[in-house]
Amino acid sequence: MRGIRFALGVILALSATGATALEVEDHRLYPGTGPDVVRILSTADLDVFEPFVERFQAANPDVGIDYTVASSADIHRALRDGAAFDLVLSSAMDLQFQLANDGFALSYRSPVTEALPDWARWRDLVFAFTAEPAVVVISTARFEGLPLPTTRQELIQILRDHPDRFQGAVGTYDVRRSGLGYLFATQEARSSDAFWRLSEVMGRLDPQLYCCSAQMIDDVAEGDLAVAYNVLGSYAAERLARDDGAGMQIVEMEDFTNVMLRTALIPGAAENRDGAGAVLDALLAEGLRDDPDAWVLPPLRDASQAERQVFGPIRLGPALMVYLDPLNRRAFLESWENALEQR
Amino acid sequence: MTTTGSIGRRLTFLLAGVAGLLSVLSWSMVSSFARQAAERTQDNILAASATIIAETLRNEGGAVRLELPYAAFSMLGAVSEDRVFYHVEAGGETLTGYENLTQGVASAPPGQVAFDTVIYRDATLRMARITRLVLAGSDPVPVTVSVAQTRNGIGEISTALSQTAAALSVAFFLVAVFLSAIAARTSLRPLTDLAEAVSRRGPSDMRPLNRAAPSELAPLLQSLNRLIARLGQSQRRSEDFITEAAHRVRTPLATVRAQADLALHSASDTEEKRRLRQMIRAVDESSRSAGQLLDHATVAYRAEDLVRDEIDLSQVAATVVAALQPTAEMRDIDIRLSRCAAPVRGDRVLLENALRNVLDNAIKYSPDETTVTLTLALEDGHARLEVCDEGPGLGEGPFEDLTLRFRRGANVEGVVGSGLGLTIANDVVTAHGGRLDLQSHPEKGGTCVAFVLPLA
Repeated sequence: MRGIRFALGVILALSATGATALEVEDHRLYPGTGPDVVRILSTADLDVFEPFVERFQAANPDVGIDYTVASSADIHRALRDGAAFDLVLSSAMDLQFQLANDGFALSYRSPVTEALPDWARWRDLVFAFTAEPAVVVISTARFEGLPLPTTRQELIQILRDHPDRFQGAVGTYDVRRSGLGYLFATQEARSSDAFWRLSEVMGRLDPQLYCCSAQMIDDVAEGDLAVAYNVLGSYAAERLARDDGAGMQIVEMEDFTNVMLRTALIPGAAENRDGAGAVLDALLAEGLRDDPDAWVLPPLRDASQAERQVFGPIRLGPALMVYLDPLNRRAFLESWENALEQR
Repeated sequence: MTTTGSIGRRLTFLLAGVAGLLSVLSWSMVSSFARQAAERTQDNILAASATIIAETLRNEGGAVRLELPYAAFSMLGAVSEDRVFYHVEAGGETLTGYENLTQGVASAPPGQVAFDTVIYRDATLRMARITRLVLAGSDPVPVTVSVAQTRNGIGEISTALSQTAAALSVAFFLVAVFLSAIAARTSLRPLTDLAEAVSRRGPSDMRPLNRAAPSELAPLLQSLNRLIARLGQSQRRSEDFITEAAHRVRTPLATVRAQADLALHSASDTEEKRRLRQMIRAVDESSRSAGQLLDHATVAYRAEDLVRDEIDLSQVAATVVAALQPTAEMRDIDIRLSRCAAPVRGDRVLLENALRNVLDNAIKYSPDETTVTLTLALEDGHARLEVCDEGPGLGEGPFEDLTLRFRRGANVEGVVGSGLGLTIANDVVTAHGGRLDLQSHPEKGGTCVAFVLPLA
């Protein structure tokens, strides 16, 4: 109830200032003992983020956290229009980068940001606090009798060989709606020619298109989907741990794995900058934690391990803006629609 | 003597100043080169990026089509973390990119890369622009690609290089100062050597300095040698004069004495004999005084720049005893010498002089047929040479006064003397770093004068 009221409030507030409406997906206020409140705008689901908030408030009980969930595209748009949040967390690295590049982020420097590896920050504006791979989630029941694919080539082969079994049971991001899906798809198209062949094959199987990882994982768990392609590994792992198996399996492609960096920035319109800095420091400290038992968020360190280094996380840099260019986006979406919507 | 600062220090400061100037100069040059090199690197990358984008422009169905190549942007992020802006316009219409980026910037001539520095969104940007003609439909359309980047990376690179250059310059300066000090010292070495050679010389060493010296020091060396020659000449002249004077005074005195002696022997009148004896005593006194004055002058001259040869005090004692033996025998005075080896550093002539005066005194004040005892002994780092007689002693009063010039004891009536003997002995012993001990034993008779000198 409160979420809806808040959403309405936000919409009213933003429309009052002539800004674009922010479509709030979820919202919760974690009040602190003091008047200090940090307003966080994020793409991360509450389930994933709540443990961190609890840990943060255990250490800083006086700071309240006002947590709003929205899509990365909405977040991007709202910030460009000057929405007043203190800290913005997003899985869409490209959009976050563009915000910083275009001057919508505030510079922040602390001992914790200094400790970040070079690839995990861009100037003192954008900071990565988790590194999360894109994975394939498979329904164990629907794959019975079939070998588990370890490369895209094998996945293509399996889908081709069993069109009946996979008809309408293949899910992936709708890259038109999901910023993260678009990021994964463009980076994959750049790195591997298997992406377009896989898209062609999926296109023939009447694919289900999703906005978000969570729904895809739900559908695999319920057996509606046999394969969910390009799902956030952290969400899948969390779901797997929660539901004790849930009849699904996580497969990491061996030929190529995209590793996304979840990034944070302090927007130019932030009012509680000190509070935002404190939360940011705590987030980055979580990301840099070495002890796996203490993780409440997917760690950052994982991505720097040697075997991942071959591909590395997606690089924070101006190249991210290439696919944000309207001409490039139109061209990419055209090809993608041609491949996936073969009706 | 007033000093006007050290040449070595002045030379060091001068050289260090030159090195400091060169350090600052080289630092500023390296810094500006670094800045220029970094700027040129950025220009080249921007030009490459704009060119790659321009290369992908194509005509598709009568319209200009563009797909930004990934490499064009990734190369911009490869060198520095700078903000990137771009703009593509075809025939005056924005095709894509940041609007207003190129506002107010003159369009680039086709086929060439033009660079500009512009202010956009409160940031200073370096921008590369390239214009290409693309066939759209039937007409060629000029398409301008502009790629711009902030200049933070350049600042960081040139600051880092400038800091490195500064550190190197400081290191260079320190090394230069160190080497300057060494160079100054080395070039002044001949001067120091010369000064040492001159100060090492003995007081009587009047040989010319025969040394190899740098041409700058040759005039100094020549003047010095001329001065030494003149000094030697004048010293020889004054020595000759003193000897001459002594002879001129002593020889007639000896003649007078001999004549008076003869007259005494041939005189029969008691009154006359008394006068003649008085005269002989006066002549003896004059002769002695002349001798002692010469001794005193020698001591005063030689003690100023004391020779420090290693000599054996026992040999000095033996020489002096042998010289005075005849005088003592004339009055039946026995001189006993008990000695041991006692090496001291000093001037043999002076020590002999001093001992002769003291022993002469002892013989003079001793009654006939008595004994004068010389005892040489060693006592913790010192040699002690004691001369004891059996005379009347020194009487009452402070003995120290007796070493003053022309002062004589209170009870020496009737004995010839000038009062210079103990003064000479005291001056010599003091110049050698020792002391003179005087002891008087009037109850049993006798005076003891002890030379106490440090052992070599």
